[in-house]
Amino acid sequence: MRRKLLTGLGLVPLGVIALAAPAMAQDGEGVVTADSVQAILDNIWVLVAAILVIFMQAGFALVEAGLTRAKSVANIMMKNMMDFCVGVIAFACVGFAFAFGTGNDFIGTNGWFIGSDIAENYLSGTTLGLPTFFIFQVAFAATAATIVSGAMAERTKFLSYIIYSLLITAIVYPVVVHWTWGGGWLSQLDTPYIDFAGSGIVHMTGGVASIVGAAFLGPRIGKYGKDGKPRAIPGHSIPFAIVGVFILLIGWFGFNPGSWLAADATVVPAVAVTTVIAGAAGALSAMVFTWIKQGKPDVGMAGNGLLAGLVGVTAGTAHVNNWGACIIGLLAGVIVVLSVYFFDRVRIDDPVGAVSVHGICGAFGAICVGLFATTNGSPLGEDSIDGLFYGGGADQLVTQLIGVVSIAAFVAVCMVIVFAGLKYTIGLRVSPTEEIEGLDVHEHGSAGYGADIGHIGDDVLVGALADSEGS
Amino acid sequence: MATLVTAVIRPHSLDAVKESLKAAGVTGMTITEVKGFGRQGGHTEVYRGAEYTVDLLPKIKLEAIVADGDVAAAVEAISTAAATGKIGDGKVWTLPVGSLLRIRTGEQGEEAV
Repeated sequence: MRRKLLTGLGLVPLGVIALAAPAMAQDGEGVVTADSVQAILDNIWVLVAAILVIFMQAGFALVEAGLTRAKSVANIMMKNMMDFCVGVIAFACVGFAFAFGTGNDFIGTNGWFIGSDIAENYLSGTTLGLPTFFIFQVAFAATAATIVSGAMAERTKFLSYIIYSLLITAIVYPVVVHWTWGGGWLSQLDTPYIDFAGSGIVHMTGGVASIVGAAFLGPRIGKYGKDGKPRAIPGHSIPFAIVGVFILLIGWFGFNPGSWLAADATVVPAVAVTTVIAGAAGALSAMVFTWIKQGKPDVGMAGNGLLAGLVGVTAGTAHVNNWGACIIGLLAGVIVVLSVYFFDRVRIDDPVGAVSVHGICGAFGAICVGLFATTNGSPLGEDSIDGLFYGGGADQLVTQLIGVVSIAAFVAVCMVIVFAGLKYTIGLRVSPTEEIEGLDVHEHGSAGYGADIGHIGDDVLVGALADSEGS
Repeated sequence: MATLVTAVIRPHSLDAVKESLKAAGVTGMTITEVKGFGRQGGHTEVYRGAEYTVDLLPKIKLEAIVADGDVAAAVEAISTAAATGKIGDGKVWTLPVGSLLRIRTGEQGEEAV
């Protein structure tokens, strides 16, 4: 993603010039050149990174299932499965074209159905094949979509969630991508917007959609007592939640380092380092903060802190150095806890903290590029820029703020239309009876954790035992 | 004939109570994971910043059918093994058994204990 921005700026790194040729490397039949090998490495690495990002879906599913109640566990698994599947088809048909097709500064208008226009225009001058690039991008689109399922857990009509998934991956997220990575207006500012792997573009988009969705739904029954105070609704499996956090961490090594969109020996590993440092710092600061504030180190919040650190560093992961990544992670870990308390108080019921992790820390991460970016020791080195804290002035910070505000505003307006539309037509929320009894049986026909007894008639079981002993 | 001895004890006392009952000659028992409260009341937990009271605490309910002559020994075995001296140790009580049948053999009454 960064590469395209650099190309647009005329700051083409040496590597890119060298890489422009490999498409022709097969001219000499059977001749292996450095360029042809590099092209293969680039495609394989980005493909593997895409698979890691797709694996994050499993992490989201476990985190969300773990932090919610057992009676709706099949529903949340189904939502995680289907927002991915709906998202893949929607993004393949139109989203990918809206995002990366040529068109205007606002939206792309060609390349439908993974069309070759994108290979001929957007990908010309790179080593990436169209399939590689599509898989990587569709994984990101599905990530933006799935963030919302946790915030809207335990009370959303399944059909409405499917329609939301379709709209965010077909239109809303692709437009945000076109503005930035797709070469649209935010990438053409005098000081272009920087968001290496998408704190603002991916996570904040999902986070803002989460705020709007949770607000339109209202809190779960029982979340607020008669005194108006938020009450605890403990999740049913902390082991699920924390294994989910680990899977997300692993996926992030595709998300951030993969966003270099090429295989190399310097930027990719260095980005992996800033990524892991920020995640670890976020978990530590969230743990210490809850320890002081609540008296004990909170397991779920520490998990949220790890994810908050990762989300926070995602925008600047190639532009900040290890110290910057550490500070961003530490701050994100505290911000996420305060944000969870805050949204609890303003009656936006977010069972898993998606609004705080992805929305608030996504915005925070995008803004941090303007503060912590540095040419001194960051993965991009001299190709990075200097932010406010490194003597680079406030220009980048202003651009980052413009980016955050415009993306958040666009997503918020779109999502108000989507969720209001759903609420006043087919309905957004299940009936109180269904919510109290759990969504599993009412929405999907059977419970996520069914009993092992009572499904098969006793006469069948007794008969089977008699047969086996008789033989 | 026979007596049903029922006890509600701390989950972690189960192994000690089981061994103690076996030593007292009790040959079988049924246990159930239950939740409840007595004088111990509950305690507060904190989840994502919100405090909440857990008043129903996990306990083990143990049931054993013993011959009338062994009741005193069984109650003694349970109360000794389950005692920590702190609030929340639980209770033991007994009830007469109206009838008793071993399904496999058809034995009845004290023979079926």
